[in-house]
Amino acid sequence: MDIRCIEAAVITERVAALYMEMNYFIGEDILGALEKARQTETSPIGQNVLEQLLENNRIAAEEEVPICQDTGMAVLFVEYGDKVTITGGSFEEAVQEGVRRAYIEGYLRKSVVEDPVFDRINTKDNTPAIVYTTIVPGDKIRIVAGCKGFGSENMSAIKMLTPSAGLEGVKKFILDTVAYAGPNPCPPIVVGVGIGGTFEKAAMLAKKATLRPINTAHPDPRYAALEEELLTAINRMGFGPAGLGGVNTALGVNIETFPTHIAGMPVAVNICCHAARHKETEI
Amino acid sequence: MAIRIQLPLTDEVISTLKAGDSVLLSGSLLTGRDAAHKRLSELLQAGKPLPVSLQGEVIYYVGPAPAKPGHAVGPAGPTSSYRMDAYAPALLDLGLKGMIGKGARNQEVVEAMIRNHAVYFAAIGGAAALISHSIRRIEVLAYEDLGTEAIYRFEVEDFPAIVAIDAEGNSILVTRPAEG
Repeated sequence: MDIRCIEAAVITERVAALYMEMNYFIGEDILGALEKARQTETSPIGQNVLEQLLENNRIAAEEEVPICQDTGMAVLFVEYGDKVTITGGSFEEAVQEGVRRAYIEGYLRKSVVEDPVFDRINTKDNTPAIVYTTIVPGDKIRIVAGCKGFGSENMSAIKMLTPSAGLEGVKKFILDTVAYAGPNPCPPIVVGVGIGGTFEKAAMLAKKATLRPINTAHPDPRYAALEEELLTAINRMGFGPAGLGGVNTALGVNIETFPTHIAGMPVAVNICCHAARHKETEI
Repeated sequence: MAIRIQLPLTDEVISTLKAGDSVLLSGSLLTGRDAAHKRLSELLQAGKPLPVSLQGEVIYYVGPAPAKPGHAVGPAGPTSSYRMDAYAPALLDLGLKGMIGKGARNQEVVEAMIRNHAVYFAAIGGAAALISHSIRRIEVLAYEDLGTEAIYRFEVEDFPAIVAIDAEGNSILVTRPAEG
């Protein structure tokens, strides 16, 4: 395969478009789940909340304004083909420029502070974006992008379970994390779960799980069944839309897995609000 | 059926509000979130005057998105209230009468609400574009350098909210999972 040249400006343009579009137009997977939730919700307040969320998504799309004021921190998972060469700049800077452009020109909120502890001064362009790049064979670049609001991010947790905890331990940790979050992370939520790998790998898998469309299942039927079982258990908790009571606390549970060490069974739970914004592109 | 409420809140109106009531708020309110609360709290601890009076006010926990040309404000839904729990009792003791946010409050806040006859409204988290339609005008009152986190004055008309915790401490928020 020959080397393929891609202009840095093309990367910037595509990333900027991804971020504007994901913030204005909620995905079909979430829209479908919200509509289904409205049909199944038994609490009158819950029904009312879901109607307002659907109306909100309609207004955002029509006016091309963000669905939520918290347009999040940008996180991108990139599969970078090893035959690709970037011309006219670097890949990393092209991505950051795309995010910068989307947040400035797209009227998205700038929510990133430079120093996490001492100064906490806003960077004013929502950079840096967090970019995870894997080199893969081929001459294409695939980008899975998300913007993560922190109302739900703050409710996330990780635990280094050990093998004896077993499946029951995994379920308990996930459900305890959702129960602790309660009404705070803007239910109905999307629950991203990462199981296996190492400490940081589990967290990355959980993030990746929140970016997977919720109308898809884990390829292993045992995990697919676990996704369903957890969703049912979470919806029995009764937090409901906006935490005001009801049978729709979650829209979906996505699990991602990875091989792990003989001594370990890490589990990470990344909670996402109902505005689970994600979009993919291939260049 | 939503109850129309005129701001500022009076004690008489607060007495009629019960947890679970849907309301439409009209009038003027303040905004403030993490960074502004931290600054207000530091001033109070230093015994210095605040840049805004909280007497009789309602504060909305929000950091709006930028306004597109022709819009009064960008999308402006509530942020999580629990992060303001550390600061809220002192502000309630200074005469704050209402808070708007999303999610749970701690016991200290609820006690301060009862002590000061104040109410906590829930706005719908994530309904930011919808809510922005009820915000007519905004101006910065303090801490302009904080950008979205500055203290603004919002003029609102039929701002949709729900009484989440009333002045007697009754709450409709579900904060624990159902048994079984």
